[in-house]
Amino acid sequence: MKFGVIRFPGSCDEVDAVLACERVPGASAQLLWHGDPDLHGVDAVVVPGGFSYGDYLRVGAIARFSPVMESVIEFSREGGLVLGICNGFQVLCEAGLLPGALLPNVDLRFLCRQVALEVVRAEGPFTGGCVAGEMLSIPVKHTTGRYYAPPDVLQSLDAHGQIVLKYARDGNPNGSTNDIAGVRNAAGNVLGLMPHPEHAVDELTGSTDGLKIFTSMADAHADA
Amino acid sequence: MPTLEQARALGLTESEFELICDKLEREPNEVELAVFSLLWSEHCAYKHSKKLLRELPTSGPRLALGPGENAGAVTIAGDMVVAFKVESHNHPSAVEPFQGAATGVGGILRDIFAIGARPIAVLDSLRFGEPAESARSRYLLDHAVAGIGHYGNSIGVPTVGGELYFDGPYEQNCLVNAMAVGLAHADGLIRSAATGIGNLVVLFGASTGRDGIGGASVLASAELDEQDASKRPSVQVGDPFAEKKLLECSLELLERGLLVALQDLGAAGLSSASAEMASKGEVGLDLDVGRVPLREADMAPFEIMVSESQERMLCVVEPAQVDEVLAVCSTWEVLGSTIGTVTDTRRLRVFEGDELAGDMPVEALVDDCPLYDLKGNIEKRPIYPRPPRVLTTSDPREILLALLASPNIASRRPLFEQYDSIVQSRTVRRPEQADAAVLALPDGSAIAVSIDGSGRRVACSPYTGTIEAVLECAANLACVGATPLGLTNCLNFGNPEKPGVAWQLEESVRGLSHACRALEIPVVGGNVSLYNESGDGPIYPTPVVGMVGELRSASRAGRMGFSREGDSVGFVGPFSPFMAASELAKLRGEELTLGLAPVDIPARRETIEAVRDAVRTAKLTSAHDVAEGGFVVCVAESCLAGGLGVTLDIGEIYEDELERILFGESPGAGFVVSGSAEALERVGRRVPIDVLGSVGGDTLDVTSGTVRISATLDELREAHGALAVLFP
Repeated sequence: MKFGVIRFPGSCDEVDAVLACERVPGASAQLLWHGDPDLHGVDAVVVPGGFSYGDYLRVGAIARFSPVMESVIEFSREGGLVLGICNGFQVLCEAGLLPGALLPNVDLRFLCRQVALEVVRAEGPFTGGCVAGEMLSIPVKHTTGRYYAPPDVLQSLDAHGQIVLKYARDGNPNGSTNDIAGVRNAAGNVLGLMPHPEHAVDELTGSTDGLKIFTSMADAHADA
Repeated sequence: MPTLEQARALGLTESEFELICDKLEREPNEVELAVFSLLWSEHCAYKHSKKLLRELPTSGPRLALGPGENAGAVTIAGDMVVAFKVESHNHPSAVEPFQGAATGVGGILRDIFAIGARPIAVLDSLRFGEPAESARSRYLLDHAVAGIGHYGNSIGVPTVGGELYFDGPYEQNCLVNAMAVGLAHADGLIRSAATGIGNLVVLFGASTGRDGIGGASVLASAELDEQDASKRPSVQVGDPFAEKKLLECSLELLERGLLVALQDLGAAGLSSASAEMASKGEVGLDLDVGRVPLREADMAPFEIMVSESQERMLCVVEPAQVDEVLAVCSTWEVLGSTIGTVTDTRRLRVFEGDELAGDMPVEALVDDCPLYDLKGNIEKRPIYPRPPRVLTTSDPREILLALLASPNIASRRPLFEQYDSIVQSRTVRRPEQADAAVLALPDGSAIAVSIDGSGRRVACSPYTGTIEAVLECAANLACVGATPLGLTNCLNFGNPEKPGVAWQLEESVRGLSHACRALEIPVVGGNVSLYNESGDGPIYPTPVVGMVGELRSASRAGRMGFSREGDSVGFVGPFSPFMAASELAKLRGEELTLGLAPVDIPARRETIEAVRDAVRTAKLTSAHDVAEGGFVVCVAESCLAGGLGVTLDIGEIYEDELERILFGESPGAGFVVSGSAEALERVGRRVPIDVLGSVGGDTLDVTSGTVRISATLDELREAHGALAVLFP
């Protein structure tokens, strides 16, 4: 299993994502440069957190047009696994790979906090290793993480099982609609989430619950 | 030719202007006067503090890089070094708090990667006026915190700790100090000395504009006054995205071994960076300002030389490597331009194309600024106004809740949650988990970092108060099990030309020197910020101490919270607290005392080391040092951090002594620890320990004879959450 983690100018969590991927038994990870459209044969792509291109204009808006993202869009159409974390989630929404948008947090401040996440869908390539209803302890850190989608889109997401992760009841840190923390596309091979699973892969730094996302991806790849 | 009047307007004295004419053997032109005025400013030349700072101990077996470079560094295991430095950005923050604080972080981060270290942590030390009364103080804090977060979060360096106090004397002159910590391989460090005649000087990073002309150096060298709004254009504007690219670009240039020397552009911009590099390398530099990429087309040579535009670096490169250097810059979308040459003239020559625009001896710029002796004299009449009386009760439970809710003690959660404290995957102890931040290293060891300083105590006794600040930092490190390796400091004081302030500065440095020698901790570098005054008088003298320590095992890092039911709770230390300068005395509106009780440093060191060793061997569940608010507040904080109550009996105490024992203060002198009975007994074999009770339940219960303080965790939590109300 070979993970590729994109590095945009302004990415912050790309090295953390590489370290997290490398904790999965048998997996390796490499950085993918934003200006290089070649995905170097990776089996899955992680679009990491940070402030790609300084988040100028609008979060994720510029990164979406980078050469590597053109390839990622193509890769996802062919069924390749794509995980967008935080800024990566924002980029995937801008790229149209995921429905909805991320708006500024209700209190308009940056927030860094360990939160409890409920696994709504414990199947598919990202949460196959979890149990439905399981609570994961994973940190969030963002200013623009309030998930929004129009009512008809929300209804469709719900109906098609695309809402994968929710903030625990009374633990919604940013005002996301319906406590939504992570959604996948209709085909199920693209997941975006605001919390940072790559920062929950080591007991020493707080939690290992985030590792389940990466191991689920590796298991899904092995089964495919 | 500029006149003496213009020189005065730039902050030079008449005799300094005459000395400049002497050194040049003629009158300076506009470019030269601008460059001299900045390099001879208090901010760049340390005119009033340089002689004093020579007292500080600056050597030790673990020292890798001492004062004089962009940042100091100490060695750790695995041929690695930890670089660190604290710096102030007080006046820019008082004028424009968001950008002032943000560029303060940007500047200190550049100091770290200028020596070849990757920044791995930021801490901040903040002082403001009373938040409950002053809307302006709330505004300043709110925006300063947002600015620090904006810069640190965006560049991907975690903000892992800090400290914050509110006191009246900071109302008009807030303090914003930022500390950065970096990690490098010992053989990857680079110095700033320009060497190799014929080598080229490359400026890379952001373009140069009129922003911040005379910003830090002008603002930091005079008192604040009512016309501060007009200084707003002198505050630089930060762009963390530009710095993120600059950081990665710089580290890649170094990794490829392409640089001879590296220096960041800070206060006084190109003038200071080029003069410092030339001075250290004992060479001259020819610079062509016509080759500097500009934001505005019509900038005069002097403006280009003194601009404080952010996110720029200067390096010296061998001619054969220039193409590769510029290619790396281009990869990172960073502007790179060859702007000069290293010469053997020992002169800084500024050209605009072929035309010579300025020609100055490097030595005169860097070494010949007159240094002034302080004329210190103790001020016997009270300098500082009495704080307002806001607490009248003498009921211990009411006092405890009032102290927990006091802005100086209440939880900083609403503020530190605005900082990314976890990026880079090293943060083993986040804020409020332990007394110091702990960062894991690849080999399983860790470093711990703490920053501290109590202006109120230093105002009572600059000598003793400063010793306490050092001890407090060492105590914080001990609580996570770390041994101090080195110290950095930022000396924030008022106008040193006033005898009372000069005395505070002298006494404080004497205390710092004494404490560092007694604890065998070298001072690796620091910063001095003077003229922190307004029409209302000086700030409290505020030496801020930042300390870095090492732990052999990250997995054994200590915590501050009670977290195991049934653990014994003990008090360790030669604790003899006093009400003078305590938080309770402040809430009661008491005037500051002149003097503090003397400190027995060896006895405190023994206690600190005993606690550190007990934490290290993983024998203790928690360790927390008694600081602001005294013993009971310390116990309450451990309850809140671990989510468990406690039942203690401290024995019968004379009624008129009880308050002092419960709420008196003596920084760095006592610890509240929890662990098994055997663990506490083991500590007791080295230093005195009083076992007072045990952990459990959801109530804090402290009994002394017939007096009983009882509060539920919810009550404590509500009081401790008081800042959230002020910063919705």
